[in-house]
Amino acid sequence: MADSQEEKLVSIIKEKFEDQVVLVEQLYDFLTITLKKDRITEIIQFLYDHPDTKFQFLTTLAAVHYPDNNQIGLMYQLHNMYSNERVRLKIYLPIENPVAPTLTNIFAAANWMERETYDFYGVIFEGHPNLKRILNVDEMIIFPMRKEYPLEDQTREDKEDDMFGR
Amino acid sequence: MGGLSMENLTATQNRNISLGEKPEGIEGVGFFATSLEKVVGLARKNSIWPLPFATSCCGIEFMATMGAHYDLGRFGAERLSFSPRQADLLMVMGTIAKKMGPVLRQVYEQMAEPRWVLSVGACASSGGIFDTYSVLQGIDRIIPVDVYVPGCPPRPEQIIDGVIKIQKLVETESLRRRDSPEYKAMLNKYGIE
Amino acid sequence: MDNATVDIDKVKPEEKQYSYLNLGPTHPATHGIFQNVLKMDGELIVEAEPTIGYIHRAFEKLAERRPYNQITPITDRLNYCSAPINNIGWHMTVEKLLKAEIPKRVQYLRVIIMELARITDHLICNAVIGVDTGALTGFVYMFQQRELVYEIYEEICGARLTTNIGRIGGFERDFSPKAWEKISKFMKEFPVVLKEFDNLLSRNRIFMDRTIGVGGIKADRALNYSFTGPNLRAAGVDYDVRVARPYSSYEDFDFTIPVGLNGDVYDRFMVRQGEMWQSLSIIKQAIEKLPEGPFHAEVPEFYLPPKEDVYNNMEALIYQFKIVMGETEVPKGEVYHCVEGGNGELGFYLISDGGRTPFRLHFRRPCFIFYQAYPEMIKGSMLSDAILTMSSMNVIAGELDA
Repeated sequence: MADSQEEKLVSIIKEKFEDQVVLVEQLYDFLTITLKKDRITEIIQFLYDHPDTKFQFLTTLAAVHYPDNNQIGLMYQLHNMYSNERVRLKIYLPIENPVAPTLTNIFAAANWMERETYDFYGVIFEGHPNLKRILNVDEMIIFPMRKEYPLEDQTREDKEDDMFGR
Repeated sequence: MGGLSMENLTATQNRNISLGEKPEGIEGVGFFATSLEKVVGLARKNSIWPLPFATSCCGIEFMATMGAHYDLGRFGAERLSFSPRQADLLMVMGTIAKKMGPVLRQVYEQMAEPRWVLSVGACASSGGIFDTYSVLQGIDRIIPVDVYVPGCPPRPEQIIDGVIKIQKLVETESLRRRDSPEYKAMLNKYGIE
Repeated sequence: MDNATVDIDKVKPEEKQYSYLNLGPTHPATHGIFQNVLKMDGELIVEAEPTIGYIHRAFEKLAERRPYNQITPITDRLNYCSAPINNIGWHMTVEKLLKAEIPKRVQYLRVIIMELARITDHLICNAVIGVDTGALTGFVYMFQQRELVYEIYEEICGARLTTNIGRIGGFERDFSPKAWEKISKFMKEFPVVLKEFDNLLSRNRIFMDRTIGVGGIKADRALNYSFTGPNLRAAGVDYDVRVARPYSSYEDFDFTIPVGLNGDVYDRFMVRQGEMWQSLSIIKQAIEKLPEGPFHAEVPEFYLPPKEDVYNNMEALIYQFKIVMGETEVPKGEVYHCVEGGNGELGFYLISDGGRTPFRLHFRRPCFIFYQAYPEMIKGSMLSDAILTMSSMNVIAGELDA
């Protein structure tokens, strides 16, 4: 039963956006679809409006930094409250130019989630009404969640790193 | 039960009361002479007005300390003042992030002398378990601290212990301390005027 | 107009009437540190601009440094009013990654702990709504009940507030008879006090006048803002993770989901009251139906072996060493697990690359997501209503900033 629901969803997406789908997999019972980044807002709007897949709830969005491939992955999780289905959509952005379209026109909740992603990873969301730092101090110039930056404040002198196993 | 007769009163009276110690002085019929410092210290220590600067989990333990079970009001600290201008004791409870540092500093500068600072919890004392880029590793980097209470979060008994130690400091403080050059030098070290 | 220092002719017409009020990070009535700059037209609020991040502690970066069992203490500090729910949610995420089979007894015990934590979270929120309308008595009585729950936590895991309860795979020891005694004492005493609190506020005329019609949000706006938890249920949508995606044997229990109508402060208060009663019923059912069995699952790579085996058995010694040093092997994978926290769907998105620490751990924090709607909810209301709206949403600063 669940399989046919997921297969139905994949076929609905592939019917219209066959060229955008890169990979479809089931990770721990969670349908994950990797897409190309060009028409992601169209696809999400399509999933929002389509009567069979009313994904009208954005659970979360997060970014992941893959230093080996020099890519930043962006993960959206959508939820269909009517039929209790979830789907995860992933796109990959090159690290030299991590630009993605914004979802604030579709989901009001994406506003702060995208600001947090910008704050941590430096992903620029085109069309965002207020893209500035949200959690870190405004004067920060680095994007701290990227793998090359250390966790600790390097200017502290009261904690010796070798005593803490770093 | 049985009315308010003398026997009933003495049977149920709580004899487990200890009176506070009076300071050294010369006493006679109708008078008690002691030094001004001791009297002022005694009055101040039993009527501290704390400012609870509660930021995170330690704030919930503070709320439990102010509750009926572990009553902080017994020690005179019943009236919480949220305005720094009217507060004596700044109780910093919880993690202070670097974004919050200037705010804490401004609150401290608004307090009038004499003022004391109690740093409650591991995060306020030294950064706690959050050895990260965004957390201030201890509030003593920006303001002078009198008593540190360790714990994550400290038990209410520990917070009360910290307040009692502050009370001891308040009681024995010299009236001239805040004008002394050593105190001014310490404030200058922090850049506070 | 004699002492006016503003030259009326030079002020722009559209800015003439507004004043800016800083509801600053340190404020007695905002329970937590976040700032709102309010643009006010006299007493009415025209616009609000929130600023958060005053307690940003970089949990997600910190989690990339710590081995899996050392991440539990930092999940404690997310929603610190109901810390066990966060801990157990994290353990379940790792168990999902490991595809571990959890015994029924563990699941029922976890349900008891999570429902106790939910009760404490809602206690604080409702008591604080009372305080903000002036009813301080309820707060003191409710905190006394929290002390009873703290004693239960102390018997089980040793800590009062930030509990670090349980282990990956179950619990470190079975509940002692003293813990059961304290739980039954709580179950006897708490309903009486909750009824008193109910009588104090639920049909209190002043409270109802202050809270009905204040800070409301419609269901479709709430869904667009990805609300979950009591705030969404007060708006009329009956979405509860315990029913939609049951975890830890919630499907075995019989409980209803209280739902409100208008999404205003009164509805949120009543939904939380209703949920406390439902939680009491769930705990009672769990205690009655508790099966016998082991109190932990068979996950030797994460669960410390008993000490006698460590001294006698080579394998147990190696496991003990690897677990304590944090050098366990974890399968690669990408998993998302959500639990119903005190404020809504608390999600953990974990990517593991086989190393000793997670490659990426993202917390789906409900407070962060629904606080975005705050400016919209208070537009056009008075300042005192804004304070009440904020405290009724139960914004916990630890979960907001992480």
